[in-house]
Amino acid sequence: MSYQKYYVPEESKYPIYIATALFLLVMGAAGTINDLGKPASNSVYILYSGFAVFAATLYFWFRAVIREHIAGLDSSQLQKSFVFGMGWFIFSEVMFFAAFFGALFYVRNFSVPWLGGEGEKGLANMLWEGFESSWPVMSTPDAGSGYVLADKNMSWPGWSNVLKWLPLWNTIVLLSSSVTVHFAHLALKNDNKKSFNTWLGVTVALALIFVGLQAAEYYEAYAHYGLTLNSGIYGSTFFMLTGFHGFHVMMGGFMLAVMLCRSVFYNHFDPHSHFGFEAASWYWHFVDVVWVMLFLFVYIL
Amino acid sequence: MSAVIESHNHDDHHHGPAKGLTRWLYTTNHKDIGSLYLWFSFAMFLIGGAMALVIRAELFQPGMQIVEPEFYNQMLTLHGLIMVFGAVMPAFVGLANWLVPMMVGAPDMALPRMNNLSFWILPFAFFILLSSLFMEGGAPNFGWTFYAPLSTTYAPPSVTFFIFAVHIMGASSIMGSINVIVTIMNMRAPGMTLMKMPLFVWSWLITAYLLIAVMPVLAGAVTMMLMDIHFGTSFFNAAGGGDPVLFQHIFWFFGHPEVYIMILPAFGIASHIIETFSRKQLFGYASMVWAMASIAILSFVVWAHHMFTVGLPLAAELFFMWATMLIAVPTGVKVFNWVTTMFKGSITYETPMLFAIAFVVLFTIGGFSGLMLAITPADFQYHDTYFVVAHFHYVLVPGSIFSIMAAVYYWIPKWTGNMYDERLGKLHFWLSFVGVNVTFFPQHWIGLAGMPRRIPDYALQFADWNMISSVGAFLFGASQILFLFIVLKTVMGGKKATPEVWEGSRGLEWTVESPAPYHTFTTPPKVS
Ligand code: HEM
Ligand SMILES: [Cu+2]
Repeated sequence: MSYQKYYVPEESKYPIYIATALFLLVMGAAGTINDLGKPASNSVYILYSGFAVFAATLYFWFRAVIREHIAGLDSSQLQKSFVFGMGWFIFSEVMFFAAFFGALFYVRNFSVPWLGGEGEKGLANMLWEGFESSWPVMSTPDAGSGYVLADKNMSWPGWSNVLKWLPLWNTIVLLSSSVTVHFAHLALKNDNKKSFNTWLGVTVALALIFVGLQAAEYYEAYAHYGLTLNSGIYGSTFFMLTGFHGFHVMMGGFMLAVMLCRSVFYNHFDPHSHFGFEAASWYWHFVDVVWVMLFLFVYIL
Repeated sequence: MSAVIESHNHDDHHHGPAKGLTRWLYTTNHKDIGSLYLWFSFAMFLIGGAMALVIRAELFQPGMQIVEPEFYNQMLTLHGLIMVFGAVMPAFVGLANWLVPMMVGAPDMALPRMNNLSFWILPFAFFILLSSLFMEGGAPNFGWTFYAPLSTTYAPPSVTFFIFAVHIMGASSIMGSINVIVTIMNMRAPGMTLMKMPLFVWSWLITAYLLIAVMPVLAGAVTMMLMDIHFGTSFFNAAGGGDPVLFQHIFWFFGHPEVYIMILPAFGIASHIIETFSRKQLFGYASMVWAMASIAILSFVVWAHHMFTVGLPLAAELFFMWATMLIAVPTGVKVFNWVTTMFKGSITYETPMLFAIAFVVLFTIGGFSGLMLAITPADFQYHDTYFVVAHFHYVLVPGSIFSIMAAVYYWIPKWTGNMYDERLGKLHFWLSFVGVNVTFFPQHWIGLAGMPRRIPDYALQFADWNMISSVGAFLFGASQILFLFIVLKTVMGGKKATPEVWEGSRGLEWTVESPAPYHTFTTPPKVS
C-alpha cells in the first residue's frame, strides 16, 4: 500500500463557534419554552442568534471542507473517514427513532391493554374502571385529566376510501423519491451531469410535495379530526413519530437541495468522487425506510 | 527504532503547538483535546465530589442538620449526573484521545475538527446544568435517573434546561464516539489487524459502539419528557394512556449499557497495566476481546433488572434475572484472565499496579453484589436501599475511577516526559483505598438492614455506620487534593522519563520519546 498523507487541519475556529451556537440555541430554546404562555420573553432572541451563528458557521465549515477536497488535500483515507462517519451517524439516528417506535410498541402491547383490564397486569384497570383498550385509543383513560379526545384517527380507512387517504400518497411520493435519487446517482456515475441535475431536481421537488402533504395532514388532524398532541397516547405517538420523521425529511431534502445547487452553480461532483451527494442520498434512503416503518406501524397496523 | 522516531519529528509543515489561550480553543490536536477532556473531568470530579461531601455531611448524624431536604435532593441529583456525565465519561474520552491514535499508529483522530467540537460542548452543557442551581425552583431534584413523574409533573422549571443540557451532552458523546470508531476502523498502521489491537483500543471500539447505540435513546427519553411537560403529550402519564413505567424502560435501555460504557475502558486499562507490571504477556487476549463483545451485546437485554419491583410480568422478571446473571460469565472470564496474568509473574507494585490490583479486587466485590441484586426475589428486599448504593459505588469508584487514576499514573510519564513522585503516588493510593472501603463497605450492611437510599434523614439504628461512612468519604475526598498536587508536580517537572518508561511495557506508544511529540505518527509505523 502506498502511503498517503492524512490531512490534519492545523487549527480551526469552526468548532468553538458551533459549540457556542449550540449553547445559545439550547439556552434560548429552554428559556422560550419555559416562558410559553407568559407575555414578552427575550429568550427567543437568544434562540435566533444561536440559530444564526449555527447556520453561518456550518456554511463556512462545509465550504472549507469542500475547498480542501477540491485542492486535493484529502487523501482517499480521509474520505473513507467521512464515509464511515456518515454511516455511524445514520446508525445513531436509527436508534433515536427506535426509542419512539419502542414507546409505540410498549403502549400498544402493554400499557393500554393493561389499563383496559387485559393481560397479565390487567389489574391496572382499577385505576379507571370502564376504560376499554383499543388502538387507536380514541378515548383517554381519565376523561377529566385535561386530555382532549380525538374524533377521528389517521389509521387505515378501508379499501373503499383508500385513494383519499393521504398517507398512501405520501408513501408513493417518498418511495418514488428514493428511486429518483438513485437514478440521479446512476447518471452521475455515467458522467451525465444534465440527467443528474434533472433527477436530483425531481427528488427535491418530491421532498417538497411530501412536506406539503404532511402539512395538509396535520391541518386536517388539528382542524377536523380533533387529533392533537393533547389527545392522549395515540396523538402523542402519532405526532412525535411522524413529526420527527417530517423534520428529517426537511433536513434530508435541504441536504439534497444543497447538493443540487453545488452541482448546478459550481459544477461540483465528478463520476468518481461525489461523497457529499452520496451522504445526502444515504440519508434520504434512511428517511425513506423510516417512513415505510411508520406507514406500517403507525398507519396500517 | 530511533531512526524511525527521527523521521516522525521532521515533518514538513507541522510544528509545535500554537501559542496562547486560543491554542486550546481552536486546537485539532488529539493530545491537546485529550488533556482538555482530562482536566475538565477532574474539575467535574472535584465539584461532584464536593456535592457528595454535602450529602455525607448531612448523613453524618440522624436528623436534619446542615441542609434543607429540597437542597439535599438537588445535591444528590447533581452529584450523580456530574459524576456520570461530567467526570467518568469525559475522563475515558480524554484517555481515548490521548492513547488511541498513538496505540494504533495514527497521526491524529480521524476527524480532528469534530473532535474539538465534541469537547467544547461539554463546558457549556455543564455550565447550564450547574446554573440551574440558581434558577427559580432550584436545580433538578429527581435523582440522576430522573424518573417520571418526578421529572415531569412534579419537576422544577429548571428541568427544561436540564433536558437541553442532556441533549447537547449526548451530541458530544455521539460525535466523540464516531471519531473513536472511525479512527480505529480506518487509521490503524499497516499490519495492525483487529486481533493485534491493544486491548484499550478494543475496549473503546466496543464502548463507542454502545454509546452511539444508546445516547440517541436517552435523547428520545428526554424529548418525550419535554413534550409531556410543555406540549400536552402523555407518554408517561397513565391518565392519557401512557405509562410512567415506560420512562423507566426507555431510561434503563440507555442506562444499563451506560454503566458498561463506564467500565469497559477500565477493563482495557487494567489489562495493559497488569500485563506490564507482571512482566508477562497478557493471559487470554482473544478471550478478553470476546468477553467484552459479549458483555456489550448482553448489556442490551438486561435493563429491567433495575425495575424488578415496578410490577413486571413474571416472564419478564425471570428473563431479566437470567440474562443478568449470564453477564457474570464473561465478567468472570476477565477477572480470571487478570489473575492468571499475575500468576507467577515477576510483579512490582508501582502506583498504577496498586490501583489496577485494587481495581480487580474491589470491582469483583461490586460484581458479586450485582449478582445478589440480580436475583429477583432478593432484589425485592434490596431495591432502593443503601445496598444498591454500595453496589454501584464499588463498581464505579474503585472500579471506573481507580482505573482512570491507574491510567493517569501509568501514562503520565508519556504525556509529560516526567516521572511522578512514586512515594506520594503510593500514599495517594493507600489513602484512597482506605477511604473508599470505609465509605462504601458499611453501606452494604445498612442497606441490608433496610436503610432506604435518597433520604436526608434516617432511623437511629443506622447511625453508627453512617458516621463511619461519612468519615471515609471525607478521607477519600481529601486524598484527591493530593492527587491534584501529584499531577501538577509531575506536569511541572520531575525525573525524566525514558521512551519505554516501564520495564515491561509493550505497545506503540512506548516506542516514541517521552513526552510524546506533538504530532506522533505522521508516517505510520510498521506493525509485525
Ligand atoms: C456482574 C455485573 C453486574 C450485575 C449482575 C449488576 C446488577 C445490578 C442490578 C440487579 C442492579 C439493580 C439493583 C436495584 O436497583 O435494585 C444494579 C444497579 C446498578 N448497577 Fe450494577 N450490576 C453489575 C455491574 C455493574 C457495573 C460494572 C456498573 C458500572 C460501572 C454497575 C452500575 C450500576 C448502577 C449505577 C446501578 C444503580 C442505578 C440506580 O438505581 O441509581 N453495575 N446492578
Ligand atoms: Cu444494570
